[in-house]
Amino acid sequence: MATGLHDSSFTNPVVRWIDQRMPVFTMMQKEYGTFPTPRNFNYFWNFGALAMINLMIMIATGIFLAMNYTAHTSMAFDSVERIMRDVNYGWLIRYVHMNGASMFFIVVLVHVWRGMFYGSYKKPRELLWILGVVIFLLMMATAFMGYVLPWGQMSFWGATVITNLFSAIPLVGNSIVTLLWGGFSVDNPTLNRFFSLHYLLPFVITGVVFLHVAALHITGSNNPLGIEPKGPQDTLPFHPYYTIKDSVGIVVYLIVFAFLVFFTPNYLGHPDNYIPANPLSTPAHIVPEWYFLPFYAVLRAVPNKLGGVLMMFGAIAVLFVLPWLDRSPVRSMRFRPIAKWAFLLWTVNFFVLMWAGGKPAEGLYVVISRLSTAYYFAYFLVILPLLGKIERPLPLPESISRAVLRGGGPLPGGAAAKPMEKA
Amino acid sequence: MRLLNQTKAGFLKGAALAAALLLGLAAPAAQAAEGGVAIPDARFQHDRMLGTFDRAALQRGFQVYKEVCAACHAAHLLSYRNLREIGLSEAEVTAIAAAYQIPDGPNDNGEMFERPGRPSDRFRRPFANDAAARAANNGALPPDFSVIVKARPGGGNYIHALLTGYEDPPPAGVTVMEGMHYNKYFPGHQIAMAPPLNSDGQVQYGDGTRATVDQMARDVTTFLAWASEPELETRRAMGIRIILFLIVMGGLTYAVKRKIWADVH
Amino acid sequence: MAETLAPSTAPELGQTQGGGEHGPDQGTKRDFLKLVAGSFAAVGVGAIVWPFIHSMNPAKDVLALASTDVPLGHIAEGQAVTVMWRGKPVFVRHRTGAEITEAKAVPLAELRDPQPDGARVQREPWLVVLGVCTHLGCVPLGQKPTDARGDFGGWFCPCHGSHYDTSGRIRRGPAPSNLVVPDYAFTSDTQIRVG
Repeated sequence: MATGLHDSSFTNPVVRWIDQRMPVFTMMQKEYGTFPTPRNFNYFWNFGALAMINLMIMIATGIFLAMNYTAHTSMAFDSVERIMRDVNYGWLIRYVHMNGASMFFIVVLVHVWRGMFYGSYKKPRELLWILGVVIFLLMMATAFMGYVLPWGQMSFWGATVITNLFSAIPLVGNSIVTLLWGGFSVDNPTLNRFFSLHYLLPFVITGVVFLHVAALHITGSNNPLGIEPKGPQDTLPFHPYYTIKDSVGIVVYLIVFAFLVFFTPNYLGHPDNYIPANPLSTPAHIVPEWYFLPFYAVLRAVPNKLGGVLMMFGAIAVLFVLPWLDRSPVRSMRFRPIAKWAFLLWTVNFFVLMWAGGKPAEGLYVVISRLSTAYYFAYFLVILPLLGKIERPLPLPESISRAVLRGGGPLPGGAAAKPMEKA
Repeated sequence: MRLLNQTKAGFLKGAALAAALLLGLAAPAAQAAEGGVAIPDARFQHDRMLGTFDRAALQRGFQVYKEVCAACHAAHLLSYRNLREIGLSEAEVTAIAAAYQIPDGPNDNGEMFERPGRPSDRFRRPFANDAAARAANNGALPPDFSVIVKARPGGGNYIHALLTGYEDPPPAGVTVMEGMHYNKYFPGHQIAMAPPLNSDGQVQYGDGTRATVDQMARDVTTFLAWASEPELETRRAMGIRIILFLIVMGGLTYAVKRKIWADVH
Repeated sequence: MAETLAPSTAPELGQTQGGGEHGPDQGTKRDFLKLVAGSFAAVGVGAIVWPFIHSMNPAKDVLALASTDVPLGHIAEGQAVTVMWRGKPVFVRHRTGAEITEAKAVPLAELRDPQPDGARVQREPWLVVLGVCTHLGCVPLGQKPTDARGDFGGWFCPCHGSHYDTSGRIRRGPAPSNLVVPDYAFTSDTQIRVG
């Protein structure tokens, strides 16, 4: 072999020629072919692949929508309706994009939930987790700006309210808001820059997704037992076992997605966004898109402007430090009798926040929002650190194959009996 | 097969979570329907999951829109050519379009002029702009009807309820402001629009249908539902095919998965 | 390192993708299933690509775009007007007697894209052609009296030097065919509708 060429194991001459010079095939084979993956994944482990697919769907539909969208206050609304009426299959592409945003959040929320339940954020996967939270933040920014583009009433007033959050910053707040707007209200310059950024951010997300996956392939995946694979008997090659298992999940996901798109395309939207933006009249009840509701509830639970904004951002910021708040050495909640219930309660509480965020900020709803907000933070800041000290976890299984195969699996060979530690 | 049980349980949990998420979303939708009386379900055939538009009702509804609503309410996203989709012939559409004078220009002398409409023209607006519309309507702006059914909580049921929800005199104890009208279903119950459909036989239907107020309201609502979602029938037809395809695809994928995993369990 | 975790059931590394050749007893059944599932997936992906591609074709409003009315009354003999139709210029020329004679006199054998003048004109003296050079889409000169009209008295495309005659036919230069005659009709003696 010539010096400088990669030592390729592929025999197809074309593949081999490329692979020797740029070992993408070797890389794909290593990362998605033979990649040793714990053999005991449940279907929750589909949601990472689903999120990846969803991102690709959003980018594809978005590019084609942008070919027909006009980012101008006087034309944006009509250009979107023109896509719905006159552009060939425009309604399909727009409804996929619109509902794709909701599907993306459903998928990612389940993915995050899985990470929290099975302790996927714990050492050595802290950075993997942090990159995930960065993706989540970028998604929220992208979704928010995308919702502004049709220039309906909710677009306009959502943009106004959310950008005004920054006015809570002492001293420079108002200057920052003027900067964000490019004027003295949400107007054409705002719409234009939101369109520009809405087109840019998905590619930034793609970049961070690559880092997320790169980090994952260093540490390897967590699994429902939360114990590291101890040897070959605990793992399976990613292909074909998990490519096919992910495919099953993808088809189920597509069925749910298709149902939304074809039969209830506007169910998750708000009728007011089919009224063109009117800067002189705010709709009676403005609510953000459903995926912002829990955080919106946190914002409104605090009677102080700066406090509310800080708490809302804090609700996400706390996820960044989660790996250091949860000190328990046991990852999977299956073996944490108390934390499991505290977390399931946190999950229910998340839905309560979501529900409260969609209600008017008055009376009992405010009380419920405050209690829910309190528990949301208490789980992270009090319960988890405390349980790390006082909780007695259940005994962990000796190895994945033991647990899976009820002792029928091959014994760990020789020295491989101690847990894998990775950088 | 503990693994299988585990995965099944996991999958069920996932499905339950997804369902709960979706249900949680009902919150904004349900809340939007607030603002007074519950809207009765008018049971439009196109509101059913796989329903299609009633072609005859669409054409009658267009007649109601044209003869009654269009005096004040624009539908500027619709073109005359779109009327082919509600079952009118090319000649009928051309004749309807030609009956309108459409502003065009400027001509070679730099002047705007009016010419007979063509099928490619958008529906003529009753007022030149919003200010003119307000001036002619006591300061109230008649909303555009292009997407009105998508733009109102309750959709077509709400439009139908509103059109048939006027009460004169208003219920005891309710004072209606000067120039306003009592409507059971309008948020706040006071609406500037006088009852637009006010007497049986207001419109002469060509197909012999009796033009009761309720019939006209149903017809025009059907027309407006089509105007809001002209893709609805195509969408549902395509949806059925795609979901059936995906179900078969899912069965096949699952079978392959079972085969591949057979030697692991 | 990951290699120490080499999976127990991994297919031999040398063999590329396609894995899953385990259990020879069930090999054929699985392969058939895989084939069917794979074909289904391919059909599905293929079907979903079409809406995206088709969305780039002209939209319904573009296809329905209005026709253009051109009044002819004010165009003097020897003059021409340019009107916009479907975003492109349409040349309407009131030809002189000499130009008509010249156009009719050309033997078809001399033409690159043989077409008699009579097939390009509905009613004398009006010549209506798309003002788009058939080479690469520039707008030829020749509408204004001061324009160069090329060697054949019709139009001359400045981009790459195509010469058109008084019937709009290509006579010299790189363009392969005659200027296109659009669909039009006389709505009265003094007005045509293009499109």
